[in-house]
Amino acid sequence: MITAERKPLEELIEYVKPYKRILLLGCNECVTVCAAGGRKEVGLLASGLQMALLKSGISIDIRQHTLERQCDPEYVEEIVSMIAGVDAVVSMACGCGVQQLAMRYKDKPIFPAVNTKFMGASERQGVWAERCQGCGNCLLGETGGICPIARCAKQLMNGPCGGSAGGHCEISEDVDCAWQLIWDRLKALGKEESFVEITPAKDWRSGGGSGPRKIIREDLAE
Amino acid sequence: MKTESNLEKVLNAGHLAVTSECGPPRGALPEEVVKKSKYLEGVVDAVNITDNQTAMVRMSSFAASVITKQQGLHPLLQMVTRDRNRLAMQADIIGAYSLGIDTMLCLSGDHTKFGDHPMAANVHDIDSVQLIQMVKQMRDEGKFQGGADLKGDPPKMFIGAAANPFADPFELRVMRLAKKINAGADFIQTQCIFNVDKFEKWMEGVRARRLHEKCYILAGITPIKSVGAAKFMQNRVPGMEVPQEIVDRMAATPKEEQPEEGIKICVEAIERLKNVEGVAGFHIMAIEWEEKVEEIVKRAGLYPRPQV
Amino acid sequence: MKNFEPVIVAFCCHYCAYTAADMAGSQRLPYPANVKIVRVPCSGKVDALHIVKAFEKGADGVYVAGCLEGDCHFKSGNTKAARRVEYVRKYMEEIGIEPERLEMVYLSAGMGYRFAEVATTITEKIRELGPSPIKSATAGQTGQVAC
Repeated sequence: MITAERKPLEELIEYVKPYKRILLLGCNECVTVCAAGGRKEVGLLASGLQMALLKSGISIDIRQHTLERQCDPEYVEEIVSMIAGVDAVVSMACGCGVQQLAMRYKDKPIFPAVNTKFMGASERQGVWAERCQGCGNCLLGETGGICPIARCAKQLMNGPCGGSAGGHCEISEDVDCAWQLIWDRLKALGKEESFVEITPAKDWRSGGGSGPRKIIREDLAE
Repeated sequence: MKTESNLEKVLNAGHLAVTSECGPPRGALPEEVVKKSKYLEGVVDAVNITDNQTAMVRMSSFAASVITKQQGLHPLLQMVTRDRNRLAMQADIIGAYSLGIDTMLCLSGDHTKFGDHPMAANVHDIDSVQLIQMVKQMRDEGKFQGGADLKGDPPKMFIGAAANPFADPFELRVMRLAKKINAGADFIQTQCIFNVDKFEKWMEGVRARRLHEKCYILAGITPIKSVGAAKFMQNRVPGMEVPQEIVDRMAATPKEEQPEEGIKICVEAIERLKNVEGVAGFHIMAIEWEEKVEEIVKRAGLYPRPQV
Repeated sequence: MKNFEPVIVAFCCHYCAYTAADMAGSQRLPYPANVKIVRVPCSGKVDALHIVKAFEKGADGVYVAGCLEGDCHFKSGNTKAARRVEYVRKYMEEIGIEPERLEMVYLSAGMGYRFAEVATTITEKIRELGPSPIKSATAGQTGQVAC
């Protein structure tokens, strides 16, 4: 999923200060799962914002709503009347949702309430870690199911570097060495010799190197 | 012979090669490069010129290599994949070769986290193994990485790579070396060796795969100035292994005699490593202590350097 | 300010603190009327939103009372509540409410006396701190509107 973290309240206050009525808009997808921008977080932020603004003597009408998905035009369409009634929208969705709103409601100020972080998985309750960088040409089949692009600090495709120690990356004890993980998997799979094969320089065009990417499914596209 | 590199000539003639390194200054101070190179004149076969070492901005390896070359030494251009993409690197390779630089070392580089620009993007368009491949392709096929033909004579670079026998997982370290050699590395400079036993064990693995016959391995050596430096390297430098007995030996030496003790340890290590089959020379990294390289080389019986 | 009577919301676990409050009552142990008890099935049921809303609606202090360590009826509700309280305390700092206004306490069902003591101590602490800045701001705002 796409992970995110709420922006500091201070930054959000600066965004909303000039307005009288705002809509705080959550999203039921990824940001709900990573507890950053779902219905509950919308409530928490609305309450926190309201109180912080009150302290500076500002009173704003904060309306709350959460969409099924902010990254789909159908759902974004649902809130036409709601948008008409407010001066600005603060979106708690990932950057995709924020942009979807901005494209649809061209004359309405839209602000992000979260910092979109990465594509990750849950390691355990409350902990999410980066797993994929969307390079567009998956090599997990060759690397034992562990991604060196997303998980090696130096993005080495022929690692591990000389800083791998005790299973950790040189940048932090809290970061696993991706190549240690890859090696452990290759051993478990009895594919040790495949390590010696050189992975050639990557073609980054699939990974955004040739500009913004798009997928068109002819059978589905209208 | 693949190149005109002095280092290759020395190695090819069967001599134990000696290289050392020079970290360029953090400013437009060519005189610093000249000063450091003077210490190494006639003492080593090639001088590694580091590339933004420890992820700190310094005079470019390219410029400092040219200055070193002007002093009559043989620069060994280090290149890390952290700071530039493949276009910039290839441009520098042909640029450097045009100015008479014919030896280089391909590295991925320390992570920016450790330097003075932790906010910078890590480029890593390619990794060190892919850099080796790229240089080899430029040299042997006259082709850029992207496939187009290079104009004129291809850059005849003697290609080096690094190996760290002390990093984890140990069992992978020989295989990773094999990978670099298969990619096209002509010579290897290893991480500083303090744990000679472990290095010997690594070399057993190297010989088992006959890798020492496919490329020249220069053993990395670093003289320790003080017990403090020994402890720092033991605890703080990623990928470095300093055995406790070395720290204890330094600690048992009076402070003013510690530099001499450090040199003694270093010379002893060289003497022992000379007997290890497959060691083709030494890479002496006397960080900010370049003036001692000459003494080490002489005391280790590696002087005078062969004229080839 | 002398006449300030703080509003304290106490989220009390049914299996410990709430029973302890009952016991305090039956033992006729006095505790301040400022404490408004909200019975919850487990302190782990208390959400960050409940606490924040309490402050928004005018509470001067809030505490969550859960079972003693290792005694949670649902195994770990109390430790989860404690982590949530810590999280909200940080959020309160961002909002500009003194985090001391929120506390996590641990009790067992038999601690009637301890319940009364906790209620008194917290009420007195909040009395010292004065009205919550949110309450003051709301009052100020209403005042402005009235002018």
